[in-house]
Amino acid sequence: MATIAARVVPVPVRLGGGRHIVERNFLLYRRSWVVFLSGFFEPVFYLLSIGIGVAHLVGDFTLSDGTKIAYAAFVAPAMLASSAMNGAIFDSTYNIFFRMKYAKLYDSMLATPLRPWDVATGEITWALLRGAIYSAMFVLVMLIMGLVSSWWALLALPASVLIGFAFAGAGMALTTFMRSWQDFEFVQLAIMPMFLFSATFYPVETYPAAIRWLVEITPLYQGVVLERAFTTGTVGWFLIIHALYLLAMGTLGMYVASRRLGKLLLK
Amino acid sequence: MAVALENGRRMFDYWLTVYKRTWKGTMISSFLLPMLYLAAMGIGLGSFVDSNGTGALGGVSYLQFIAPGLLASTALQIAVGEATYPVMSGLKWQKFYHSMIATPLRPADVVYGQLAFIAFRVLSSCAVFLVIITLFGGLKSPLGILGLPVALLVGMAVAGPIAAYATTLENDSGFAMVFRFGVVPAFLFSGAFFPVSQLPDWIEWLAYVSPLWHAVDLSRNLSLGTVNPWLALVNVVYLLAWFLVGTWLAVRGFTRRLIR
Repeated sequence: MATIAARVVPVPVRLGGGRHIVERNFLLYRRSWVVFLSGFFEPVFYLLSIGIGVAHLVGDFTLSDGTKIAYAAFVAPAMLASSAMNGAIFDSTYNIFFRMKYAKLYDSMLATPLRPWDVATGEITWALLRGAIYSAMFVLVMLIMGLVSSWWALLALPASVLIGFAFAGAGMALTTFMRSWQDFEFVQLAIMPMFLFSATFYPVETYPAAIRWLVEITPLYQGVVLERAFTTGTVGWFLIIHALYLLAMGTLGMYVASRRLGKLLLK
Repeated sequence: MAVALENGRRMFDYWLTVYKRTWKGTMISSFLLPMLYLAAMGIGLGSFVDSNGTGALGGVSYLQFIAPGLLASTALQIAVGEATYPVMSGLKWQKFYHSMIATPLRPADVVYGQLAFIAFRVLSSCAVFLVIITLFGGLKSPLGILGLPVALLVGMAVAGPIAAYATTLENDSGFAMVFRFGVVPAFLFSGAFFPVSQLPDWIEWLAYVSPLWHAVDLSRNLSLGTVNPWLALVNVVYLLAWFLVGTWLAVRGFTRRLIR
């Protein structure tokens, strides 16, 4: 039954062999579902600690345009965006690198009728499905805690899948250039500052102009803006630009990843 | 006794040789990261906390409140990191422990050497972080420098039990649990970012059980000059108990796993 479900899952862009890879990952994680589920807790812990503990210290949170918002409601969408980023990056860097270099998984896959494009789409679809499950649970927690103030929040889930797509594509493309585990320190070096400084814990207006510009061009910032707009209901046409940014980043990443996989493995 | 010391020293020497090749990679996780937290939370978020009034923090700035807490949390994270994957690597992947005990070294020596290296990692990284904290203005009293021995103590308190746990595992998925349900909640709820008295009662009590809370509390009281000698004694004794029991468990775990 479950494998049938995995077979009918739609694969984006082109209906290809990617679904077999989704099915393979699904079968793999059936053995370690506790690890799978535990991935959900981290953003919730952050939400409880910062959103409730620190919120006491921050008090009423007034944004630069004068609107008052509960601090937890300000931080929660940022945690949603960050966890979509973290999950996608983890799945598309560490896991892919291990499969590519150590398990030699893709070598065996490409010995079948599967093509590099199938591998790239399959792995990314899996990362997105996994991320969507975590995000759905997180939105539910936000709803229970009373941190959602608009029906637009229904779009928070597709938005987090879009964030996942952008980071999974970029992560997978970068992974094909990695030489050893030491190179992953550079991934950390990009992810952590984004997590801490992308208007996650306080508004972007806090920064001086020069730094603010730097923050605003990071991909996580695009995601935070989208999620915050949807959960607080302050929606406008400008959001399309943020969404296009993420879409372009993911598509480019996926293209590069499949090109590189072909180059690396089909010699 | 002299033999044990000598053997432990040789083991420590081994780890130091390995570290000479890998230290650059550890710089990012062991002090760039806590430094970024200090900047984002202490300065960025701190401006909002400070403008709201810091009565709940005893009147000090948010930066001065979290800096000693971040120091202790950093020590915990480094110690757990060094007691998980490297231990599993020695037992299972690279199996270097097996070659070590094929020499006159006993499992206990292997443990002491490992712990000595973890102590070195915690001390060196936290010393650098302490300098950064001081430059940021995060220390209120010079006594805050004593946060360094406190950091060492909490590192040692968790290294033993975690290493002992690592010897019972067959693969590394158990570590994901340690990080998700041990390290991350401890980091977030041990009073580093806000006083634990704000938590619901039952979580507050969980915080008091965590060794990290004791280290955060002691380190902060030293820095803010609000030390209560009796409470400090409780903190130290509690952390020492974790250290001694943990080391004993680690020696037992290594012996079981390496000598069958």
